[in-house]
Amino acid sequence: MPLVSIKEVHKSFGKLEVLRGVSLDVKKGEVVCIIGPSGSGKSTLIRCINGLNDIQKGSITVEGQEVNDPKLDKLALRKKVGIVFQQYNLFPHKTALENVMMAPVKVLKEPKREVEERARALIAKVRLSGKEDVYPGHLSGGQQQRVAIARSLAMRPDVMLFDEVTAALDPETVKEVLLTIKELAAEGMTCILVTHEMGFAREVADHVYFTDRGVIVEHGPPEELFTQAKDERTQRFLSQIF
Amino acid sequence: MRALAKPFRIDVEAVSSFLPSRALRGWHGILLLALFLASLAIATAHAQSGAAAGPPSPLATLVEWIPFILRGFLLNLGMSFLAMAIATVLGIGLGLLQLSRSRFLSLPAWLVTHLFRNSPWLVILFVVMLLVPFELQLPGGGTFIMSDWLKATFAFSLPVMANVSEIVRGAIVSIPKGQWESAESLAFTHGQTLRWIILPQCVKRAIPPWMNWYALLTMATPMASILGVREAVGNGQAAMEAAGARPELLVPFYLFLLLLFFAYIYPISIWTRMIERKYAVDS
Ligand SMILES: Nc1ncnc2c1ncn2[C@@H]1O[C@H](COP(=O)(O)OP(=O)(O)OP(=O)(O)O)[C@@H](O)[C@H]1O
Ligand SMILES: [Mg+2]
Repeated sequence: MPLVSIKEVHKSFGKLEVLRGVSLDVKKGEVVCIIGPSGSGKSTLIRCINGLNDIQKGSITVEGQEVNDPKLDKLALRKKVGIVFQQYNLFPHKTALENVMMAPVKVLKEPKREVEERARALIAKVRLSGKEDVYPGHLSGGQQQRVAIARSLAMRPDVMLFDEVTAALDPETVKEVLLTIKELAAEGMTCILVTHEMGFAREVADHVYFTDRGVIVEHGPPEELFTQAKDERTQRFLSQIF
Repeated sequence: MRALAKPFRIDVEAVSSFLPSRALRGWHGILLLALFLASLAIATAHAQSGAAAGPPSPLATLVEWIPFILRGFLLNLGMSFLAMAIATVLGIGLGLLQLSRSRFLSLPAWLVTHLFRNSPWLVILFVVMLLVPFELQLPGGGTFIMSDWLKATFAFSLPVMANVSEIVRGAIVSIPKGQWESAESLAFTHGQTLRWIILPQCVKRAIPPWMNWYALLTMATPMASILGVREAVGNGQAAMEAAGARPELLVPFYLFLLLLFFAYIYPISIWTRMIERKYAVDS
């Protein structure tokens, strides 16, 4: 059974239909990249997976749990799904360590000492040891983004969603964030990434989906999609990027 | 030179620097004090030039009555604390209600907020005096006496409550949407997000305007004297009456009251500015 299963999903904002029958499956441990032009609905799709956006038609399941269910246990879903945004969205009134500790302590009510140990380990893992007591405002974009990744990991999710997490960063700091994600993928974390970093997608993805105007135009393993795209839209998009 | 040539131009350098505004410098207090002492001296000289064996000098009269006025001032302070507490609690609730998803909650909250924000405090004071009964029947069977100073306190809390409501609403909407989304993604409930993420960030933004309203509230408390509440200004007037209602008492007595309030509120203003600047640098 796939870890995340998306079937014929339709999503509209008012009259604007943003997703028009999207289907994709992600197996445990798989790394999936979603690429496509701006406005094609990539962010919307990824936000539907953890229930930030609701859908009008179709089904999304995470470990068999239906997301599009009015009786959905949101807490259970969000423990399973971590998400990192383009704009980091760290809590500015809390230090890096507190940012990472907050959800497990306040939401899961786990003992503070245990959480702190785990949080320190996570901060070390994203190579930010020594920055535990620094406030987000004093960290670079890349450092903030890595704290955001650690913050999501602190909930021990089964799948991580990344929505263009390097798009707002300086070129120098992009690398360190991508390295963190690469390590995470290598450890077997299931990842769904929206990205414009084609080199990175090629390197880490098991499968790449090209979306345009709310549909998946074409998908396949990266070496195949990037070199022998069949659809003319995919070819045009890729030629613009490379 | 430039400043002299165009005196009504704004001094842009002073505006953009972080220096405290000229409106708030310590020497203003000293100037007022000097003014006060000078007027006392003039009043004293005036009194002495009259009859040698006449009534005591205005200064002596004032000194004699200062403890009485200060006792009244304690009531000003008490009223300001209590009214601020009521205004803060009700104002936060009202501010949150203004943002409620339900129109049945947000609309009345909006109405109440704007009604009390845009009415003269004196009118609110009279309305409360007339509408709030002298005795409140408690559910337990006892009665609670609403004395005039309590009614006045409640009346003053209403406009401040309305302004706190707006401060809270403004602070909450100024928090980026991403904060709500990342909290929601981390499984925070709506209430938990408000409690742990949103409101703590609002506090910083809200404290300077909140302190500002406290200062305004304190300065408004002498209005209660109109209704016979024995606070500082009311007591000052009563003292002048008792001392023979001599016209030469007016200036020193009112200048003393001015200084009394100034000495309490001016440090609060400076403190507010300091906090404001500190947060401006922080973010
Ligand atoms: N909350 C919303 N309300 C109304 N329209 C929205 C909302 N969110 C997104 N849209 C619209 O949905 C469409 C798809 O947006 P989405 O953010 O999913 O695209 P995207 O593929 O992530 O683009 P980008 O690469 O620019 O991030 C866009 O036309 C956008 O304007
Ligand atoms: Mg997007």
